[in-house]
Amino acid sequence: MTAETGIGASIKRKEDHRFLTGKGRYTDDINRPGQTYAYFLRSPHAHAKINRIDTGKAKSAPGVLAVFTGQDATADKVGALICGWVVKGKNGEPHKAPPHPVLATGKARYVGDPVAVVIANSLAQAKDAAEQIVVDYQELPASVNLAKTLDKGAPQLHDEAPGNLIYDWALGDEAAVNEGFSKAAHITEIDLVNNRLIPNAIEPRCAIGSHDSGDDSYTLYITSQNPHVLRLVLSAFHGLAPEHKLRVVAPDVGGGFGSKIFAYNEEVVLVWASKQVGRPIKWTAERSESFITDAHGRDHVTHAELALDKDGKFLALKVDTIANMGAYLSTFSTAVPTYLYGTLMAGQYKTPAILCNVRAAVTNTVPVDAYRGAGRPEATFVLERLVENAARETGIDPAEIRRRNFVQPSEFPYQTPVALMYDSGNYEAALNKALELAGYAKFKSRKGEAKKRGKLRGIGFSNYIEACGLAPSQVVGSLGAGVGQWESAHVRFNPTGNVFVYTGSHSHGQGHETTFAQVVADRLGVPVEQVEVVHGDTQIVPFGMGTYGSRSIAVGGSAIVKACDKIVEKGKKIAAHLLEASVADIEYANGTFSVAGTDRSKSMAEIAFAAYVPHNYPLEELEPGLEEGAFYDPGNFTFPAGCHICEVEIDPDTGVVEIVKFTAVDDFGNVINPMIVEGQVHGGIAQGVGQALFEGAVYDGSGQLLTGSYMDYRMPRASDLPLYTVGLNHTPCPHNPLGVKGCGEAGAIAAPAAVMNAVTDALGISHMDMPATAEKVWRAAQAAS
Amino acid sequence: MVTVSMTVNGEAVSRDVEDRTLLVQLLREHLGLTGTHVGCDTSQCGACVVHVDGRSVKACTMLAAQAEGAAVMTIEGLAKNGELHPMQQAFMDNHGLQCGFCTPGMVMSAIDLLQRHPKPDEATIRRELEGNICRCTGYHNIVKAIQQVAQAG
Repeated sequence: MTAETGIGASIKRKEDHRFLTGKGRYTDDINRPGQTYAYFLRSPHAHAKINRIDTGKAKSAPGVLAVFTGQDATADKVGALICGWVVKGKNGEPHKAPPHPVLATGKARYVGDPVAVVIANSLAQAKDAAEQIVVDYQELPASVNLAKTLDKGAPQLHDEAPGNLIYDWALGDEAAVNEGFSKAAHITEIDLVNNRLIPNAIEPRCAIGSHDSGDDSYTLYITSQNPHVLRLVLSAFHGLAPEHKLRVVAPDVGGGFGSKIFAYNEEVVLVWASKQVGRPIKWTAERSESFITDAHGRDHVTHAELALDKDGKFLALKVDTIANMGAYLSTFSTAVPTYLYGTLMAGQYKTPAILCNVRAAVTNTVPVDAYRGAGRPEATFVLERLVENAARETGIDPAEIRRRNFVQPSEFPYQTPVALMYDSGNYEAALNKALELAGYAKFKSRKGEAKKRGKLRGIGFSNYIEACGLAPSQVVGSLGAGVGQWESAHVRFNPTGNVFVYTGSHSHGQGHETTFAQVVADRLGVPVEQVEVVHGDTQIVPFGMGTYGSRSIAVGGSAIVKACDKIVEKGKKIAAHLLEASVADIEYANGTFSVAGTDRSKSMAEIAFAAYVPHNYPLEELEPGLEEGAFYDPGNFTFPAGCHICEVEIDPDTGVVEIVKFTAVDDFGNVINPMIVEGQVHGGIAQGVGQALFEGAVYDGSGQLLTGSYMDYRMPRASDLPLYTVGLNHTPCPHNPLGVKGCGEAGAIAAPAAVMNAVTDALGISHMDMPATAEKVWRAAQAAS
Repeated sequence: MVTVSMTVNGEAVSRDVEDRTLLVQLLREHLGLTGTHVGCDTSQCGACVVHVDGRSVKACTMLAAQAEGAAVMTIEGLAKNGELHPMQQAFMDNHGLQCGFCTPGMVMSAIDLLQRHPKPDEATIRRELEGNICRCTGYHNIVKAIQQVAQAG
């Protein structure tokens, strides 16, 4: 039974039935009796003083219950939105932390900045009333260009952040790097942009806030990746209610990719306002609203240099990045271009000296925060573009130059010069497997054949590594994190032998209801169909940190294993009593407790029943019941790694880039459900290809978002993508009980570099910034010919 | 206000709604059929696809009044007597969904696709899915699911 359905089995997903039959329960599907609707009036200006907001007419419009502005929130002492990670700059000082009010106060700082909220009996009434609000804006010049926002004379966003600088941070050894460069036989340089992206989960953000005056408690239904963290923030930082009077429920969530981690203006306002109006308040983002309110991702400008010796060995790397925070600091924004970026600059290589300097800056744009990969795609892109260019400049084959620099399997644990200590991996094995699957040896002939048809073929590598399985709490605490990064699990048997598993993780597409059930089936011998995974409701599930950073199997899964271990420990004592043996003689395997050396045994189901009907039971020594909880704090990050190879064919007459083959060989350690893991790789690759070829949030000089809907923001479609060739390598993680590393972000981390390395190879150019649109590619092809 | 009458998943329904009510709003808000989703406001994402008189339609881009007298089929109407439609089963068999939000529209589009192209090649399948955006799956397993149904005939 367990071999077909336990760990390692590609069983079908338990959650699929409701999604496929239209019985999913997403937040907008939920309606509360007496529900009202919120409409947020947002600044149409990127930067403007708010002289006055006139809400009188709006308040008396038909169906309106209330209209609130930032002044009302401040008067009621609603706390401002927080940034939860204090980054210390090179000067040892914490970063500048300009306030982020829940409704714009004094100034609006980005197009989309919420300025007022109307609550009415219907959404149409709320919208109509919002048109009656008169805002006296005094437009100010906007600072929109990231490369120029730190320059003297740039429009200043916040008094608290002089020069628009949030922090100037560095990691690494400047002296060692300078020495490395002084010895270089060759230096490769690159200037690149990591393009701003918009996460665009297909389910828009949605929230329903309500207050129960009977017991002065609040309930918030919301599309969140981490309901408990949100409850903590709303309670401790916004002061809306004590935690024990605030219930946050994240039901089915239609994709997150990071954008649903953060505590945003809307939910704070809804919870607060629900007490004012005395009725539930629902808000659902319209898509073009999502474009200007969901946290954006990426957005770096970087100069980087790689020093090599005469044999192509890396001597030193220096990276200088300006990272866009947007107009305000979002919840985890400061950590993304520092501890999730600079620390990955060793890549899979033994570069002995590294320096990464990052200046975080504000601009009059939507706030920027974690988006699938969060820092690691940016790091991989810099490094793998440099390595590929170094290979081309020195004439060393791109696979060979990597071989010469890999950390070898015998060298683990490997301490990088950028804080992280890698624990396990076999980078060369992944490369070799990828080369074979990609048919690398025959690429030249395919390129020649394509040329005969007037097409340009190119091939590109991306050897990525990432740090995920967030995170050892004390490590991130010492780096400025405001919270821990453990995870919780509670395993509860019912008398009839089926099981509830309460997890602090929160699936928004990852299939935890299936994979976590497989883990429990494997450990406790309970059939997968009899394991019910429960998540998302802070009233029911013990505190958890949620799902992001590819952490759920590594941290959440490990917590479940620990809880299962405790179940087995108690089960042995019960079995000993039932079997009239000593505990030391009880053996446990696959759901069966047996007396060593005999054929006498009890099943897990019999143990569970005995625990709840304790008639034949050691009550003097053991409590009845069979449920155990565990909190697991990981010993280290985990380090998935792999090799992605992208082969493109470009039509020089149209500039269209066709991905003819995309090969991914990833090492995620042990894998619970290979089908689900491959699905994560597919989806990540698609987002990485999207970044490389199609996507990019574009602002005009005055701070208007030009790519403001799906009309202009080019989401990848089925016809843009091929079938992917996916292979898995397995070097188990040595520090968690499942030996797993996590897989959710790897595709998005690796793919952009692979695609751009292929595109530049095909065109014979040294660089092109993403997205490599048809226009850009066509112009480059024309220029080259 | 207008009274709209139609059959939805085989059942006759009639509702008084504002003239401007979209078909997707009728389904979700007036009939409680929340399986059809709204994912965008420019008629591109396809999460709202239903069948009207046997053809794929974006319910967000159609007024409820335009479906007067029509036979509307939503994701909720596909399974018969607890047995999944072959396309639903194929999506499950092939892991053609992750978060599930685009899935109802994707399944409805896929069924319509095969009605018009019973033996499509991969390029045709991908081209025909232009009106359905998925952010999770990368489309690989969706294509496989549709191929499975096409092969089974």
